[in-house]
Amino acid sequence: MTISEFLTSPADTARREGPYNKIVLSSRVRLARNVKGMPFPGWAKKPDRVKALDAVRPAVESLPQMSDSFSESMDNLTVLDKNILVERHLISREHAAKNAGSGLVLNREESLCVMINEEDHLRMQALRPGLQLRQAWHAIDQVDSKLEKKMEFAFTPALGYLTACPTNVGTGIRVSAMLHLPGLVLAEQINQIIQAVNKLGLAVRGLYGEGTEALGNVFQVSNQMTLGETENDIVERLNKVLAQIIEHEENARSMLLEKKPKTVYNHIGRAYGILANAHSISSKETLNLLSLMRLGVDLGLFTDLERWQVDELFITTQPAHLQRVHSEKLSAEERDLFRADMLRERLRQVSRPKIK
Amino acid sequence: MLCCICKEREAKVHLTQIVGEKMQKVDLCEECAKQKGVNDPTGFSLADLLLGLGASQEMEQAASDLKCPHCGFTQADFKKAGRLGCSECYVTFREGLEGLLKSMHKGTRHVGKVPAALQQSRDFAERLKSLQKKLDKAVADEDFEQAALVRDEMKMMREKSGSLPTS
Repeated sequence: MTISEFLTSPADTARREGPYNKIVLSSRVRLARNVKGMPFPGWAKKPDRVKALDAVRPAVESLPQMSDSFSESMDNLTVLDKNILVERHLISREHAAKNAGSGLVLNREESLCVMINEEDHLRMQALRPGLQLRQAWHAIDQVDSKLEKKMEFAFTPALGYLTACPTNVGTGIRVSAMLHLPGLVLAEQINQIIQAVNKLGLAVRGLYGEGTEALGNVFQVSNQMTLGETENDIVERLNKVLAQIIEHEENARSMLLEKKPKTVYNHIGRAYGILANAHSISSKETLNLLSLMRLGVDLGLFTDLERWQVDELFITTQPAHLQRVHSEKLSAEERDLFRADMLRERLRQVSRPKIK
Repeated sequence: MLCCICKEREAKVHLTQIVGEKMQKVDLCEECAKQKGVNDPTGFSLADLLLGLGASQEMEQAASDLKCPHCGFTQADFKKAGRLGCSECYVTFREGLEGLLKSMHKGTRHVGKVPAALQQSRDFAERLKSLQKKLDKAVADEDFEQAALVRDEMKMMREKSGSLPTS
């Protein structure tokens, strides 16, 4: 089975529901682990990387949580497959660049995804829709506890789990949530929020993680520090901060509607106008306009459009997903044409935003 | 003031990040700042930047020609990659890493999850230690009845633990 056949359809992916998913798109907890006595993947020669993969992959596959999983060596995936996985936020861009000696194990529900030989031997992540950090932590904690019975991890009592990058040493945990914050962006409060969150030792990043732009008003908030704090403390600290960001986003939305309704309607109306009528549109512009459509749905301006339909378009208008449904190789210009065709077709039945 | 990355041009971008009670400062020239993506506040984390910088400087001071005996990784490699070669590198470059970890993290000691096998043997060692104390005290007090009881308990523990993995 190819990864394309294995993956849930974009529509069903977009239909997954979770707490607060108006604002919190998804929750993720990842743990970094390395096998004792083996050089880290970035420094290991190819035979050592292959050896690590051959030791780790069967162990991961044999976990009860991973029955009926998709497991593959990265060199058996096409560039298109890898980009689709990146667009689904299942693997990092760094991992998409890997080939022989790296691997991927993904469970049926797409709630557990293990990258083998990314920056560390194991990067295991639990994913949940909406705000579910505790659930994600418990899920990945269990995977880790099962795995440590099958192999010995590099660990010292003083420094905890040893990782290739000293920024991850200790718990090796990264707890993160992906947030849709159009209200804070329109109200021009987003920079204040980012600065406040940074002061608490948390990082704010763009749509595709480290070093990427905040496209579509989507931001990732995550812990940076991994040493000197327990996993639970980190999860709870993030929960507290996220609750506040959610509140600020909701306040920003009501404030905008009350004080600058025309600005909000103007943005959403223009987004609808362009998406429903364009004949060529880039993925960046699409993401930014879809974000405004999503806000319109949240505010009840679209009576015949549901949030999941916008979220589906968030996925299907991405470059690799567009390419997937075309047999011939598309140039960037051709993709922009097809993307516009798809959007016009999808929005044909959606009436203009109704101002209340 | 010179830029702390290229050490050539005048530093024009000055960054300060306060985390808890710790203050981190970086001074960069415009070119290096651009290269490091500092002008994009959403994608930027001072910790990542410090890693390529403070880390190698501190390690340079600590040991310039140190080489990990386990994997052959050197301090120059760390400067290039910002990643270590193997878990033993944490021992080899300990001195240089100490300051770095301190500036990057909340604490310098791990307080989170411990592998169950290690936790068990740790608990076991601690229980044994406390029993040994009890035994020493009983002997010192010439309470030989109590001493015999404690000795038997320790013996039983050791026998039962035959299957326990040691750390």
